[in-house]
Amino acid sequence: MTTLLESPVLWVTVTFAFFLLGKTLYARWRVPFFHPVLVGIAGVIGLLVLTGVEYETYRSGGDIIAFFLGPSVVALGLPLYERFQEMKRQGPALVVSILAGSLAGLVSAVVPVLLMAAPDLVVFSMAPKSVTTPIAISVAEQLGGDGSLAASFVVMCGILGGVIGPMVLHVLGVKDQVAFGYALGAASHGVGTARALESGRTAGAAGSLAICLNGVATSIMAPAVVQLLFRLFG
Amino acid sequence: MLGGIFYLFLFLTAGEILRSAGIPLPGNVIGMILMTIALSTGILKPERVRTASNTLLDNLAFLFVPPGVGIMVHAQLIRSHWLSIAIAVVVSTVLVLAVVGVLQQWLGGRRQHDHAS
Repeated sequence: MTTLLESPVLWVTVTFAFFLLGKTLYARWRVPFFHPVLVGIAGVIGLLVLTGVEYETYRSGGDIIAFFLGPSVVALGLPLYERFQEMKRQGPALVVSILAGSLAGLVSAVVPVLLMAAPDLVVFSMAPKSVTTPIAISVAEQLGGDGSLAASFVVMCGILGGVIGPMVLHVLGVKDQVAFGYALGAASHGVGTARALESGRTAGAAGSLAICLNGVATSIMAPAVVQLLFRLFG
Repeated sequence: MLGGIFYLFLFLTAGEILRSAGIPLPGNVIGMILMTIALSTGILKPERVRTASNTLLDNLAFLFVPPGVGIMVHAQLIRSHWLSIAIAVVVSTVLVLAVVGVLQQWLGGRRQHDHAS
């Protein structure tokens, strides 16, 4: 029994099982509480606590799944290429607004946690919070933060932006469909883009382009910007 | 499909090599940039990587579960710093929405106007 609980195969299977359970529940009742990722995470944590198995033991199986985040980031090159082809005419505007948004995101994420004296681990993990999860994990770990912590901040920004994003953009008078989707993708990655897609194909395409470009812009700027902010506010 | 997975790993490996050679970006992001360049220059046809890329991206959420489980280790940390975390998340999300939305509408709209005139 003990050897089974330590087997990576068991934990890979358990992860699949809870995620698929979430998918079934979510398909029947479309409430956020049954989102497959939430059911997957809660289910695995629940089982670990129940069986008294350490997180480190789970990781031997979990890392096998998380390994595929690497090629998934590379795969984002395809939507980046295709969406940019569609929106080429607005190319310079798209590049300038994503650079400004990425910088604004980094500064406004890092400064509050720095000023309120949160540990460095929190600061480094907060920096890439608007970026899509797989890139955020890499950027956070490169800065000296923690991938899991970064992933949870990313999810918080995703849900928040998905809920209040359209309202904020409406108040600011952003009516242009490209700008609407682009802002949602930049602030709230996949969740924001799913919301943008509800208002049309153009907004959805802009959102998925924003995910890719914000990932690139933030990975490039993060090390220098975070170091500078530490010098100013740390 | 298998060929497409090969290309993804090929770009990932190239990215990791360039990262260890001193480029200050995650290897997977460098790999994504390399693949975009290969697609834009016509070296790589999109059809070759379409099935593999879409299969991974369509199921991306599943890959978030293991990192998500890792949060159990940091539950205490989040609890003791919840206020600064909440402020950073709210302020930053609203600011990114505003900066990108307003700037893109202004710059994008002006460009369209230039074309018209």
